Amino acid sequence: MKALVAVKRVVDANVKVRVKPDNSGVDLTNVKMSINPFCEIAVEEAVRLKEKGTVSEIVVVSIGPKEAQEQIRSAMALGADRGILVETADEIGALEVAKILKGVVEQEQPQLILLGKQAIDDDSNQVGQMLGALLGAGQGTFASEVKVEGDKVQVTREIDGGLQTVELTLPAIITTDLRLNEPRYAALPNIMKARKKPLDTKSPGDYGVATGSKLKTVKVEAPAERKAGVQVKSVDELVDKLKNEAKVI
Amino acid sequence: MSILVIAEHDNKALNGATLNVVAAAQKIGGDITVLVAGSGAQAVADQAAKVAGVSKVLLADDAAYANQLAENVAKLVAELGKGYSHILAASTTTGKNILPRAAALLDVSMITDIIAVDSPNTFKRPIYAGNAIATVESSEAIVVGTVRGTAFDPVAAEGGSAAVEAATVTGDAGISKFVSEEIVKSERPELTAARIVVSGGRGVGSGENYHKVLDPLADKLGAAQGASRAAVDAGFVPNDMQVGQTGKIVAPDLYIAVGISGAIQHLAGMKDSKVIVAINKDEEAPINAVADYWLVGDLNTVVPELVSKI
Repeated sequence: MKALVAVKRVVDANVKVRVKPDNSGVDLTNVKMSINPFCEIAVEEAVRLKEKGTVSEIVVVSIGPKEAQEQIRSAMALGADRGILVETADEIGALEVAKILKGVVEQEQPQLILLGKQAIDDDSNQVGQMLGALLGAGQGTFASEVKVEGDKVQVTREIDGGLQTVELTLPAIITTDLRLNEPRYAALPNIMKARKKPLDTKSPGDYGVATGSKLKTVKVEAPAERKAGVQVKSVDELVDKLKNEAKVI
Repeated sequence: MSILVIAEHDNKALNGATLNVVAAAQKIGGDITVLVAGSGAQAVADQAAKVAGVSKVLLADDAAYANQLAENVAKLVAELGKGYSHILAASTTTGKNILPRAAALLDVSMITDIIAVDSPNTFKRPIYAGNAIATVESSEAIVVGTVRGTAFDPVAAEGGSAAVEAATVTGDAGISKFVSEEIVKSERPELTAARIVVSGGRGVGSGENYHKVLDPLADKLGAAQGASRAAVDAGFVPNDMQVGQTGKIVAPDLYIAVGISGAIQHLAGMKDSKVIVAINKDEEAPINAVADYWLVGDLNTVVPELVSKI
């Protein structure tokens, strides 16, 4: 079966971002960009399913600026077969992303659609669920285990109280949690090979979707800073501070 | 303004997170209806009817809603939600699973993790792991959003007297099935609602040591227990105890971080705590920058000493 994996280009997880002085957003000039960590886990899962013989082809799609090609190439170096870049320089909301992905799914007809559970920049945690709704397909969100059996997939999900297992009819959407797997590193020969793999470029208009969003970001601010704390020298001093200064115990 | 709040529950009792969502709904202002979608959930509806500020409770009782499967509940929420100006749920795994699906069925955008209500269509939410706060304005006909519980003080669970009405059920979508559940049992307070949280990280060394060192402290303080991702990945404790960007967001009165370095992703889950204490052997640990009090020392001797002195 065919698997479609959506990946997003985001600021690297280890970068501490700074809010722009004019409060229009965060400053991303000269900041290291990477594949969103959850998307990387989705790619890895698809590659593992291919290695098991469940999946025959992996198509990776990204929606974003021209530079998102780099992230598609990274996914190809990990094992994806071909790529689709839906190029847009504009800001685009989760609902619009889901609508574009619906167009890609209708064209490619994958049985498994893998996404990360959330992007570490907007922290929305929406696209997979929205795509499920638009396609009328089942959704296994926050997956920590995926087992494909015939025309069904069993997904173990991380929920607040522990774990829940659901069975979905294929085609289905799976969004990955951190514990699903540990992504491999791309070996140099695979990075070289990835350069030759096919990559199509499309536009949101090709899927009949306009960019933008009905949510407008009015302002982006730095969070309130905590006042500087103090180092205590002993347990006695700590207990005294907690009891008499902070009054929390 | 008419607001539909999706109740969080286990078919037996209303989850406290719903009280925080009702508090956020009150900040928007208007009539508040609570939807209880479940199976054999009359008791939950009765409880929801007593919640202060609620004017009506809708009970959709059907086997299809027994396990809160998103495919079935989102269909119901989209169907019932059409007549409301706002649809809100808690930013729990259940709320985050269901609500975006319902929003897409209604063809509207959604706002995740609301931490402040500026006006009925303007909200604040954290982005970049809490390193920036975005003010977002919605021009959708229906505002759909999840509410971060720790940002709103819960309304009273008693004092209301709303009427309970049966809602039309939309049945089983037939594309998903509940198989099983593995719920971690604990005598301790729930992590997201606890007044005090004691958390351990990689520094505690092992699962055995986590319990040996941190259980007595949590017991003494009546605290919930949490962990960093490193501690969860190393198998010290189950993943539902993880505090951080990808785990639970907590904001207790007191957060005690033991053997936790303080990665960006962990800080995202606890830096709104009122008082933060860090116990770490590393003087340079990033956690110290957000801690109100930090103590440099070996947690294996410091924590037992702390237990004996409080």
